[in-house]
Amino acid sequence: MGIEFQNVNKTYPDGTVAVDQFSLHVPSHTSTVLLGSSGCGKTTLLRMVNRMVDPSSGAVLIDDEDVAGVEPVALRRRIGYVMQNSGLLPHRRVIDNIATVSRLNGVAKAAAHRRAHELMETVGLDSALAQRYPGQLSGGQQQRVGVARGLAADPNILLMDEPFGAVDPLVRLELQRELTRIQSELHKTIIFVTHDIDEALTLGDQIVVLKKGGEVAQIGTPQQIVESPADDFVAQFLGLDSARRTLSAAPRDDGGWFVSDAQGRPLGVVDSLPQHPGQNA
Amino acid sequence: MAWILDHLPRILELSLAHLLLAAPAIAAAFLVAVPIAWAANRVRPLREIVVSGTGLLYAVPSLPLFIVLPIILGTGVRDTLNVIVALTIFGLALMVRSAADALDSVDGGVRLASTAVGYSAALRFFTVELPLAGPALLAGLRVVSVSTISLVSVSAVLGVQSLGSLFTDGFERGIVPSIVAGIAFTAVLALLLDLLLVAAGRLTMPWVKGGRR
Repeated sequence: MGIEFQNVNKTYPDGTVAVDQFSLHVPSHTSTVLLGSSGCGKTTLLRMVNRMVDPSSGAVLIDDEDVAGVEPVALRRRIGYVMQNSGLLPHRRVIDNIATVSRLNGVAKAAAHRRAHELMETVGLDSALAQRYPGQLSGGQQQRVGVARGLAADPNILLMDEPFGAVDPLVRLELQRELTRIQSELHKTIIFVTHDIDEALTLGDQIVVLKKGGEVAQIGTPQQIVESPADDFVAQFLGLDSARRTLSAAPRDDGGWFVSDAQGRPLGVVDSLPQHPGQNA
Repeated sequence: MAWILDHLPRILELSLAHLLLAAPAIAAAFLVAVPIAWAANRVRPLREIVVSGTGLLYAVPSLPLFIVLPIILGTGVRDTLNVIVALTIFGLALMVRSAADALDSVDGGVRLASTAVGYSAALRFFTVELPLAGPALLAGLRVVSVSTISLVSVSAVLGVQSLGSLFTDGFERGIVPSIVAGIAFTAVLALLLDLLLVAAGRLTMPWVKGGRR
């Protein structure tokens, strides 16, 4: 169960190979982050799930059903999609934007709006914003609306294409926290595309590090990837070889340890450092 | 001024006749231009040919067109239908390019997003692209409206009644106030119709003025 990429390839008519021989299993109710720089084919892979892009060869399966056999419009209406710059319809009020998918699915307006109000609460939006147009909201608020819209039809699958890429760092952290909270309640199958390593480490149950052309550099949990990067590419991409992730701890006068990175940048304080199992107490 | 007041009933009657020639032509130009523009945008290689081609229609001299059309349409020269069709053709010449550009101007991200959440192509066109092209379409329509109102006058030469008749009568009989009234009322009519279009735009596109915070 879950989402299965089977040897997918995408070659465009001009000969550009966006993705080649990519295979991946995305388990149900977990979040998988596709991490890579631009041109690694991560968005192409994401869009294969809801048939915004059809693979040149290979197949994408949702719960063992090949999506190639599903009518694209119907498929998209049961998969949540959240994108960068929110992708909201500028001519629809917030409430109608959130209700869009329910309305497309034939839900009556009153019921769709009721559901939309619930979702505004879920994503932490003041209900006073319901009657605003997207252009009247801040970037962070727009992204929350985008997430609410993605959740509106209560889809099992949520596709997120750099959804927090265009908001400022503080708001981005807040949105990541919210998403983590929402996910702990709703347990969707999430595929999340980003080029931000910290975001990937925060949100991914599973991280797929991609090189150019959709080549998999490493698949693993955040811990596995930080502890044992598969190769130099991964280490470099994560910044593991830079001073940023090389941490050291120094004892403090009034107890505990002061942690900093190799550049001496202060990171925080820990009460105690656990004894290494290999060492004798 | 006294002349205008004396002849006010006649002037108002001509204004109405003028409007009844212009309005259907403006509406028809808009309704025909949008599908042509949509098709031109879909078939990229043909876009420039279609858009420039219809634009060239504006180069057709109006008077000969009024005279040639009846031969094609099988109507009389003084038939209002003849005039309306000719005006529609001139309207198209302006509107097709505006409409093609307007539909093209819809943000690609919004188009992509609406596809991603499950709009079918037809639904997306009518409920997303067309409304979002609205402000640019309206701008084009306003030009067509003013241009059509002014062009209607030419038909007076053929003997079709409109505010243009005030020019032709005025010239023939040497009544200057009649000519002035013709100009003034044509301008007023154009202005009124323009205001009406702007008001209609405000009403149907409330998100535009909402704009930025």
